[in-house]
Amino acid sequence: MKSFRFCFLMLTIAILASPALSDLVLSKVDRRIYLTSHIVRISSTVKVENAGPEKESLVLLAFPEQQAKNMAYLMATPHEGKGKVKNPVVALPVEAANPKDMPAALTFYSVSLPKGLAEGDSFTFDVLAVFTHALRPIPEQITQADIQLVLYQDSAHYLSPYAVKVQSLSVKLPDSRIESYTKLENTKIHGSEIKYGPYENLPSFSYSPIAVHFESNLPFAVAQELVREIEISHWGNVQVTEHYKLIHGGAQSKGEFSRLDFLARPNVRGASAFRYLVANLPPRAHSVYYRDEIGNISTSHLRGDSKKTELLIEPRYPMFGGWRTAFTIGYGLPLQDFLYESDGKRFLNITFSSPMVELVIDALIVKVVLPEGSSDISVAASFPVEQWQETKISHLDIDGRPVVVLKKTNVVPQHNQFFQVYYHFSQLSMLREPLMLISGFFFFFVACIVYMHADISISKSSASYLAKQQWEEVQAVIQQVQNIISRCLTTHDNLEASLRDLSRTGNIQACKAARKAADGLLKELSKELKPLLTFLQSSPSAAQVLPKVEELVAKERELQEKVMVKHSTVVDGYEKKLGARDIENRVALQQQKLTALRQEVDDLLEFIDEI
Amino acid sequence: MSNSYTSDILKPFKLKTKQQELLIRVLILCLVYILAFITRLFSVLRYESMIHEFDPYFNYRTTLYVTQHGFYDFWNWFDYESWYPLGRIVGGTLYPGLMVTAALIYRLLHFLRFAVHIREVCVLTAPFFASNTTLVAYFFGKEIWDSGAGLVAAILIAVCPGYISRSVAGSYDNEGVAIFALLFTFYLFVKAVNTGSLAWGLASAFGYFYMVSAWGGYVFIINLIPLYVLVLLITGRYSMRLYVAYNCLYILGMLLAMQIRFVGFQHVQSGEHMAAMGVFFLMQVFYFLDWVKHMLSDTNLFQEFLRITVTCAVAVGGIALGVGMASGYISPWTGRFYSLLDPTYAKDHIPIIASVSEHQPTAWSSFMFDFHILLFLFPAGLYFCFKRLSDATIFIVMYGLTSMYFAGVMVRLILVATPAVCLISAIAVSATVKNLTVLLRSKTKVAQIGSTKGTSSAKASSKASLDQSQPFQKNGAMALLFGAFYLLSRYATHCTWVTSEAYSSPSIVLAARGAHGNRVIFDDYREAYFWLRQNTPLDAKVMSWWDYGYQITAMGNRTVIVDNNTWNNTHIATVGRAMSSYEDEAYEIIRSLDVDYVLVVFGGVTGYSSDDINKFLWMVRIGGGVFPVIKEPDYLVNGEYRIDKGAAPKMLNCLMYKLSYYRFGEMMTEYGKPPGYDRARGVEIGNKDIKLEHLEEAFTTSNWIVRIYKVKPPNNRW
Repeated sequence: MKSFRFCFLMLTIAILASPALSDLVLSKVDRRIYLTSHIVRISSTVKVENAGPEKESLVLLAFPEQQAKNMAYLMATPHEGKGKVKNPVVALPVEAANPKDMPAALTFYSVSLPKGLAEGDSFTFDVLAVFTHALRPIPEQITQADIQLVLYQDSAHYLSPYAVKVQSLSVKLPDSRIESYTKLENTKIHGSEIKYGPYENLPSFSYSPIAVHFESNLPFAVAQELVREIEISHWGNVQVTEHYKLIHGGAQSKGEFSRLDFLARPNVRGASAFRYLVANLPPRAHSVYYRDEIGNISTSHLRGDSKKTELLIEPRYPMFGGWRTAFTIGYGLPLQDFLYESDGKRFLNITFSSPMVELVIDALIVKVVLPEGSSDISVAASFPVEQWQETKISHLDIDGRPVVVLKKTNVVPQHNQFFQVYYHFSQLSMLREPLMLISGFFFFFVACIVYMHADISISKSSASYLAKQQWEEVQAVIQQVQNIISRCLTTHDNLEASLRDLSRTGNIQACKAARKAADGLLKELSKELKPLLTFLQSSPSAAQVLPKVEELVAKERELQEKVMVKHSTVVDGYEKKLGARDIENRVALQQQKLTALRQEVDDLLEFIDEI
Repeated sequence: MSNSYTSDILKPFKLKTKQQELLIRVLILCLVYILAFITRLFSVLRYESMIHEFDPYFNYRTTLYVTQHGFYDFWNWFDYESWYPLGRIVGGTLYPGLMVTAALIYRLLHFLRFAVHIREVCVLTAPFFASNTTLVAYFFGKEIWDSGAGLVAAILIAVCPGYISRSVAGSYDNEGVAIFALLFTFYLFVKAVNTGSLAWGLASAFGYFYMVSAWGGYVFIINLIPLYVLVLLITGRYSMRLYVAYNCLYILGMLLAMQIRFVGFQHVQSGEHMAAMGVFFLMQVFYFLDWVKHMLSDTNLFQEFLRITVTCAVAVGGIALGVGMASGYISPWTGRFYSLLDPTYAKDHIPIIASVSEHQPTAWSSFMFDFHILLFLFPAGLYFCFKRLSDATIFIVMYGLTSMYFAGVMVRLILVATPAVCLISAIAVSATVKNLTVLLRSKTKVAQIGSTKGTSSAKASSKASLDQSQPFQKNGAMALLFGAFYLLSRYATHCTWVTSEAYSSPSIVLAARGAHGNRVIFDDYREAYFWLRQNTPLDAKVMSWWDYGYQITAMGNRTVIVDNNTWNNTHIATVGRAMSSYEDEAYEIIRSLDVDYVLVVFGGVTGYSSDDINKFLWMVRIGGGVFPVIKEPDYLVNGEYRIDKGAAPKMLNCLMYKLSYYRFGEMMTEYGKPPGYDRARGVEIGNKDIKLEHLEEAFTTSNWIVRIYKVKPPNNRW
């Protein structure tokens, strides 16, 4: 601590010795330091005046090395009056500068003014600088019951290579509990705000160290690494997956962690811990999940309206100082909200950084996974990022999807700006994967069909193979026999039907015609049957079925005869004009035999069917 | 006319009866296949796609290792993260079948370009194999009875709770694939015996190899099959088919099984495998005798020869066995094997086996719970089997009876009995239904014929007199058929209910009903394990009771002292001793084991009853089994286990008590009860003023279920 201050002193002396750079003069500087979060924001309003004869268009901003190391974001915008409607402000270009004859302990940035300043002209602009890790917890280790105190160091005077006429500084703290702060002349304190100044007519490089030691129990959420994967599916979805490695960046916790105390008075015993994080997801985000390496985490809440979707996630355990956790959140977004087309190229327009509120990210890697077959990829981002390409193999990919990887360190919420990825993608490529699936199934079924129909036995002459083949032939023949028999049976049924017609209409001629047709058909069928039977008799493998088949044929023939006899009897009866009852009496006996025979034939058919 | 025309056109497309039947059969099998898979997904829908319980976490961790490092690294893996400081030779002390299977499925899916996570593969391995088991059950049923019985068996086994209990999604354990392998081996062997084909014998040997690689339960196969062969020999059913099938299975299966490092030469050296070898030699003697009988025409001479040969063979066998046992070449039976034959053995001799709840003898209620109507159908099926005895039915009867005995000895072995019970019950169902439908069908046919023929009333009356006895029979058959379907539908609802209520809880995440009927989730285990994973040094050693060892290494990624692979009883006893000693004595042990964190599971706040205090007596017993300093009576009061004011002083001050109840005395758990009221045991604790000297609370989960303590470094002496 002491050596640190000593360093600053030396620095100040060194700086004071160096000459002024140009004739520019800062006529008014208002600085506001916001310490209300663990991300330190310094917003300054600078009025610059040209006192020299030459036209100037560059203004230098100086930061001590200590601060420059932690600087995450720097932006300069032209100052607009307070009452004015905010137009889309155009940021002034800011570049790192390395002017000659300047102390090495300072880092310079140059702001280009929109137009050069002539002698006596003045211009006012705002500078917003955002720093991470600028608050140092002191003491560095606290117990569960302690409150967290942090220290912030800066200069009460605006460090600048130019002389400053009038300046003031205000430091905003989270609340009014302040352990200590540096008291200089003109120091006032209003509640949670400390004011230094105004100071007038200070030379260039004037420096006056101040330190504020105050209580801050705000969540010191630091993502040491965040990998965001944005995957585009042209079927209508943008899938975002974010892998966080989180640490509580405040004072380290030491000693016991008592759940009892934490349960009883969480705001006193465990004030420095944070229990939840809030993420503002884009509207219409869906299928949100929150998990880690070992499974789903059930403590999260999702609220959504048309403007935004708010996701509140609780880590598995309260985060005390120095505790780590790692988790993944993922959500789907509607494609039409983020993907556009211009000049035949498609482009994705999506925010760069994490949706988490007040999160510092030490290393952010954004991977944009484009659909397979994309080409001509280019990226447009509003700040410098490291960039390279990879491929990722996902579902049904053949040569992988192109991935654009963007890397940036020290990221703060101000970086959450839109960036664009341009690429070419043909609509037809979308059909590739469904077609692959369809053809896969198609070939599977074709293979099945081929397998079922192909003869893949190795030895075509082996006994078992031949026997099997013969058996198949026998089966086919038996099938034919069965067909013939069943056709015979239908013929019999037709004859019976003709008899019924006869009893209804008394048309003997028609009945006789039916008889004739049936006779012909049955003869034909018996002709057909003959070669089949001879085949069966000659085939050795049919030996066990043959008796049954022969029995079947014999029974059928018997049945046939009986049917014929019955038919002739009935027709005879009608021709002789006998009474219906008489005829029935005559055929009653035959009818019984017929029924029995028919039953036997049916049984035999069934039996053969089961072989 | 038009009708006949269309029928002519459709004729080539009209399926024959055979084809229709085939189509229906295939359709039913497909549906059963899908049903078996989806009925096991309750846990994924209720909770999430996660690994369940204890052992599966080890399997998951090793599978992860296989997929990341390849098979050879896995085979040579020495795991430093468990059994500190001893370590564990993982490749040589596990059955790799499950992991290799899952890794192969994973590779195959990735080859087909399905970028799934290995966890999903592991979670769904068991249901997938359950589906395959239904197919095997179908073919097995078809082999021993007919295709109808096969279909019923497939349906019964698809939803049988006894099997579902070990094969729900997430239950990534050896049994998941082993039951498939077991049934498959049996099926192939029966097929080999039925056909006498060398090809089927070969297939059964490979099935056996897969079973050996997957589960220690292969011992059941290698003892059941010789027993079956012996029974066939005795009943005079010896045949060339049997000779081919058994020899092929035994020789090839044995050689293949030796490739598994964990099994090694046990097939020729361990007492448990000697029955198979004995039967193998007996088969050779039998074959030899058969040949001699064939050559010798004189029966008297043959009888003489038979007597001499049998005496010699038995004597040689007996001497060989005796010498082997005496010289220590053949190891005696292990404790686990003994405890199977004699249910009381483990209780007296091996507390570590008896302490596991799934090793307890089975209660009747759990038989009813797991088998439901199968319990009644099983004897009926046995009756049908005996009515139609064949080689195959003898096998299934033997499988059923032996496995039923084992199921009675140990709860977890219900699993082994399930396929047999399902198959035998399927025979009962199929045979009964078939008989009934035959009755029904024959009558309808007569009735049809009666209606189609002439309409004479005289004949009708004569017909009626003929059918007089039949309406009653027909109605009876109808009623019985309805009864059977009612029972089967009850079975289906019971199975679904059991699956959803009892067997689909991952046991890592606990769910309870809140006061308003809402679902409350206790995710404390993962909270604690994740805390360990993130907030302790990478090389931290965690001491806990062995139940949580696998979970800590898999989810917490930290080294443990003991885990669920209870191979070293002394090491476990040391941990048990530390837990049951006073804090300063325990500290010595803890220091000597180089422990950094101590983890205990405590259910006093939530009323979670399977916590360490309820398991504590086993720690005392196991610790006392090795270190006689620990005596069980010291922790009991009049033989009673108490934790309230009347508890034994040693109990109130031992490490486990202190760690469980540290600062619990200040906690209000239930309205209207004093502070320090233990909801799991329903009493107020006896020691509310607990001070810890050498340990400090490092983390306690939100519902206090897991408490982790940090071991303080020793005090400076100066």
